[in-house]
Amino acid sequence: MNVTLKVWRQKNANEEGHFETLEARNLNPNMSFLEMLDVVNNELEAESKMPVAFDHDCREGICGTCSLTINGQPHGPGEGVASCQVYMRSFKDGDTITIEPFRAKPFPVIRDLVVDRTAFDKIIQAGGFVTVRTGSAPDANAIPIPKETADLAMDAAACIGCGACVAACKNASAMLFVAAKSSQLNMLPQGQAEKDTRVLKMVATMDEAGFGNCTNQYECSAACPKLISEDFIGKMNRDYLFANLRQKFLRRKKKI
Amino acid sequence: MKLQANEPEGPLAEKWQRHQANIKLVNPSNKRKYEIIVVGSGLAGSGAAATFGEMGYNVKCFTYHDSPRRAHSIAAQGGINAAKNYQNDGDSIQRLYHDTIKGGDFRAREANVYRLAEVSVKIIDHCAALGVPFAREYGGLLANRSFGGAQVSRTFYARGQTGQQLLLGAYSALSRQIGLGTVDMHPHEEMLDLVLVDGHAKGIITRNKETGKVTSHAADAVVLATGGYGNVYNLSTYARNSNATAIWRAHKKGALFANPCFTQIHPTCIPVSGDYQSKLTLMSESLRNDGRIWVPKKVGDKRAPQDIPEDERDYYLERKYPSFGNLAPRDISSRAAKQVCDEGRGVGPTGLGVYLDFSDAIKRLGEDTIRERYGNLFDIYHEITGESAYQSPMRIFPAVHYTMGGLWVDYNLMSNIPGLFVLGEANFSDHGANRLGASALMQGLADGFFVIPYTIGNYLSECREKHPTDGHPAFKDAEENVRNITNKLLNTHGRHPVSYFHRELGKIMWDHCGMARTKEGLEEGIGKIQKLREQFWQDVNIPGDNEEYNQALEKAGRVADYMELGELMCRDALERDESCGCHFREEHQTEDAEALRNDQDFAYVAAWEFKGADETPVMHKEELNYKETKMATRNYK
Repeated sequence: MNVTLKVWRQKNANEEGHFETLEARNLNPNMSFLEMLDVVNNELEAESKMPVAFDHDCREGICGTCSLTINGQPHGPGEGVASCQVYMRSFKDGDTITIEPFRAKPFPVIRDLVVDRTAFDKIIQAGGFVTVRTGSAPDANAIPIPKETADLAMDAAACIGCGACVAACKNASAMLFVAAKSSQLNMLPQGQAEKDTRVLKMVATMDEAGFGNCTNQYECSAACPKLISEDFIGKMNRDYLFANLRQKFLRRKKKI
Repeated sequence: MKLQANEPEGPLAEKWQRHQANIKLVNPSNKRKYEIIVVGSGLAGSGAAATFGEMGYNVKCFTYHDSPRRAHSIAAQGGINAAKNYQNDGDSIQRLYHDTIKGGDFRAREANVYRLAEVSVKIIDHCAALGVPFAREYGGLLANRSFGGAQVSRTFYARGQTGQQLLLGAYSALSRQIGLGTVDMHPHEEMLDLVLVDGHAKGIITRNKETGKVTSHAADAVVLATGGYGNVYNLSTYARNSNATAIWRAHKKGALFANPCFTQIHPTCIPVSGDYQSKLTLMSESLRNDGRIWVPKKVGDKRAPQDIPEDERDYYLERKYPSFGNLAPRDISSRAAKQVCDEGRGVGPTGLGVYLDFSDAIKRLGEDTIRERYGNLFDIYHEITGESAYQSPMRIFPAVHYTMGGLWVDYNLMSNIPGLFVLGEANFSDHGANRLGASALMQGLADGFFVIPYTIGNYLSECREKHPTDGHPAFKDAEENVRNITNKLLNTHGRHPVSYFHRELGKIMWDHCGMARTKEGLEEGIGKIQKLREQFWQDVNIPGDNEEYNQALEKAGRVADYMELGELMCRDALERDESCGCHFREEHQTEDAEALRNDQDFAYVAAWEFKGADETPVMHKEELNYKETKMATRNYK
């Protein structure tokens, strides 16, 4: 099969970008979308032209590195898949396919389809952890956790940190990403001690990084390659509300 | 060169505790005077950097990824072993130790393996405390599953994403330290050389992937946790960016490379479908708990699997290894698959595949239970092949998955270069000639969280002098070396993209240094690699400049290193004139085609010294003197 690509080309964050039209020929429908880009890049390189820069690594949907907006959709067609899990059999011979980076102000373009997602790391650094020094943990079975709770925590923990939720949101909101991590830890007994500070600090850092607010349209969970539920946003909002109230009380108590 | 393993004295079971009691400590107020470089942010790297940070050291951590959370530890599916004996099935540290050293076909160092089994217990405690959502039973306690090479259930898991959850746990510990300012994180920064001052590792040279800027970083010690080198084969289950450059450049600076030919070929991967293929996808070994592996009894039987009656199927693992059955170790299962395919009984369009069939398990347990256990793996299989494994059996074939070889280290995980430490898959130490399933995560976390934080103290407490600054001439020379390689690559202006050379190298390696090896084949392979390398330096075409984000340039440097490493792998395989674990020399097999080990002549670690790209490397031997373990013939029958 053959397809025409309209690919976003941008040398770096400071230069303006543009769409370039490239032809991808003699493709096998069983190729992955990224393998199709490999073929196009090999041809460009053979002509001494710069290949299309795109992020990828594990190519099995778990590392969260790949980040293409395909025909306007973060991670392209198909439910619950990352860009690397899209196959050419999802397209028809002769299609024109538009490929853009994940677009959001807090994710500046590094080159072509590669964006900088360090804002996500900063949010985790602010509170996405349980404080436990190596060697100080009790026996793993000392704290039983109901299976339902562990399963629900795992649902949230499945987040791969790709940023599709942000790219899908008209407000560039990172609520689903933040909610997934804060909810995972806030649900587990291990995370209770830092429950309030965790959600307050992560949300504050999210706001500082310039991510927008949630207006309840749930494009995020629709685009999420791990189908993380928007219900976790509701949980985060509740955690945030109660954390604020408790903090106010704690501060007031200190004055007395 | 005499290799000192520095194993502590005393009985095996007491060595680590005695050693911990004798290791020199660094006073808390002195810790902040030391700087440690950690390269890599997978399980071992994140664990080490986070723990060093907690202890009060100044840490600089480097990764070529955009974030430390991307390291390929994340892709491990099935689980992590630990001798908890929560299942009350007779497990113990001794038993995990014995399974691991036997699984490695008695080519690993006794004391290291015992320590690994010993600290496995703490790993689970620590990871559960970090909030890793391990699978649990209804009573709230941790669940276990079985893995290959063991007759107990000791594998802890988080659905089919155990590696992801453990890595994110280690990443959260690292992130906490970054937030506290004890770890200075450098993403998108790739190590391209090691710097030695007076024979000690005192820093590294990096290239920033976004700007191309080459920078010197000085420290008191350098810790490499940069993973394995299976991408030498091009097609593998590794991430596309996993590479050998950090360890290979350290090797070129004098670090010995141990057992390079020990490569694990994993039995259950999705078969190759075409020559455009960029990577192979693993189907977790845990599937072999409930899936049964078979091929038709008749050669060339092209009927659909459902149409082949039970008595015309050969469940060859169950037939050959009745006590371990479908859970025979990886090297044995892979070779058995190759044998039936060589006989013409392979399935699928290419004939390079065997069935992994769940129909009995679905009948026994119901589709819902199977979906709960393996749902995401069945989904991956469906995405890639367009077939449903609930309806018809999976087709699987072996693929390169892990490298047991790596830089040589002593008991303290220090290489032969003082101050250079190597952790996880990047070192050679724990898995001998074959790694058991669910042991890679165990080793990465053990080395990073529970071994190196102690053992580095011995070195640091003895290097009191102030660490050299990055203005030292050794740094200037190393920077110059890095720039020279880059310029040479950019100025070749040949005809082929770098991926062409990688693919060619991969074919040579798979054909000549793959699941079965011969003297003639290896010699031919070495010749072909040398020719390809020559062609590479005349005919590679790298567009663009150094001072920009240039993925072709990054890849070219890595492929250049693979070509040198690939040759060393073949040379090591040639030198090891026996069969053991993954290393199957056709000249050495039993009557029923099992690996025939030769303990008399080959019970050693082969540690290779680099002598120049066109010179023959020199092998040094570390004899494996087992004091408490008998080198028995592996028997999984």
